[in-house]
Amino acid sequence: MDIQVRVWRQSSSEDKGRMVTYDVKDISPDASFLEMLDVLNEKLILDGDDPIAFDHDCREGICGMCSMVIDGVAHGPERATTTCQLHMRHFKDGDVIDVEPWRAAAFPVIKDLVVDRTAFDKIIQAGGYITAPTGAAPEAHSTPVPKKDADLAFEAATCIGCGACVAACPNGSAMLFTAAKVAHLGLMPQGQPERDTRVIDMLQAQDDAGFGGCTNAGECTTVCPKGIPLTLIGRLNSDYRKALRNR
Amino acid sequence: MAVDTRTPKVAKAKPAATPAKRTSSVALKIFMAVTGILLVLFLYAHMIGNLKIFFGEGTFDHYAHWLRTIGTPILPNEWYLWIQRGGLTIAVVGHVVAATILARRARRARPVKYAHRPKVQGSYAARTMRWGGVIILLFVIYHILDLTTLTLNPKAESGHPYANVVADFAPGRWYVTLFYTLAIVAIGFHLRHGLFSAVRTLGQQKPRGEVIARATALALSLILVIGYLSVPFAVLTGLVD
Repeated sequence: MDIQVRVWRQSSSEDKGRMVTYDVKDISPDASFLEMLDVLNEKLILDGDDPIAFDHDCREGICGMCSMVIDGVAHGPERATTTCQLHMRHFKDGDVIDVEPWRAAAFPVIKDLVVDRTAFDKIIQAGGYITAPTGAAPEAHSTPVPKKDADLAFEAATCIGCGACVAACPNGSAMLFTAAKVAHLGLMPQGQPERDTRVIDMLQAQDDAGFGGCTNAGECTTVCPKGIPLTLIGRLNSDYRKALRNR
Repeated sequence: MAVDTRTPKVAKAKPAATPAKRTSSVALKIFMAVTGILLVLFLYAHMIGNLKIFFGEGTFDHYAHWLRTIGTPILPNEWYLWIQRGGLTIAVVGHVVAATILARRARRARPVKYAHRPKVQGSYAARTMRWGGVIILLFVIYHILDLTTLTLNPKAESGHPYANVVADFAPGRWYVTLFYTLAIVAIGFHLRHGLFSAVRTLGQQKPRGEVIARATALALSLILVIGYLSVPFAVLTGLVD
């Protein structure tokens, strides 16, 4: 299939950036979106042009590296799918596809489609841990976890930290990410000692990083490749209120 | 194949310059939820009062006079009314200030807009919260000048609210009714998202609760819109004169 892509090109954080149109010919419908960009990049290199920089790693939908807004939707038109798992068969021959980086002040563009997601690391550093003696793994049965809590915690823990929630949010808010991280530790018995400080510190890190606030618009969960539910934001709000009271 | 991607040396991205230690966005939202709910409680009380217009001039005017005597004799005449007005003003100002802080943050959080941006999920109500809020605020100012201070009322007879309301929504003043209708519909949309949003901000986190909160917010908004619009349309159609 033959398509056209309009890609955001920005040589550095200092550059203003612009959309540039490229023709991509003879692409297999079974190619992934990233493989399509690989093919385009090979052509650009042979032509002596600068290849398009984009983040990618596992290409199995679990690492959270790929990060592009395709036709205005983070990770493209398929629900619960990362860009690397999006295949060209979901597009039509002759389509013009717009490809942009995540747009957020907290995620400055490094080059082309690559953004700096250090802000997420800062949120994790602020409270995304538990305090436990290290060494040999403890006997798993020594701390019973109710099945319901384990399932909910696992659902939250599937967040791969890609940042699509921020990219889609009309306020550039990181609430779904922070909510998932706060919930996945806060639901486990091991996460209880730091439950109050965690939610306060992680929210502070999120607000200080320059993310916007949540308006419950729900755009984040729609694009989330892992389908992190919006109800976790309610849980974060509730945990925060209780933490303020316990302080 | 090793490729020189020619990344210039300046490529190290600087993190966005933001003031350290911001007021928690969730704390601001909790404040907005609480003030918003107080204002909705007032709107319901106000609507019930409005509906007394269907029981005739005597009942309606008597109710309006009674409002001035709430709390007497412990409180002097009209004191309760002024305490409530003070409380409502604080709630409105607080709600607007918190919304402005959050709106400015949201604007700064996305300095470069998307070139291609379809509407994915956000409902019309969610997308119009901010400008809808501005319209509602402007309406409230007009409404106080119209029916409280009577500055803009065509009849402006102090102590005769029934006559003032009837004069206000006379067919010749269709533009007043139109503005009133638009403002009430704006309040309906604002509350449809606002009430549901407030419930989640205060900690609602069950999937079933989401469904209930959405349905309740829609029902409460609809009741308010119908209740408030019934008065001008009753005047317009001659049901109340």
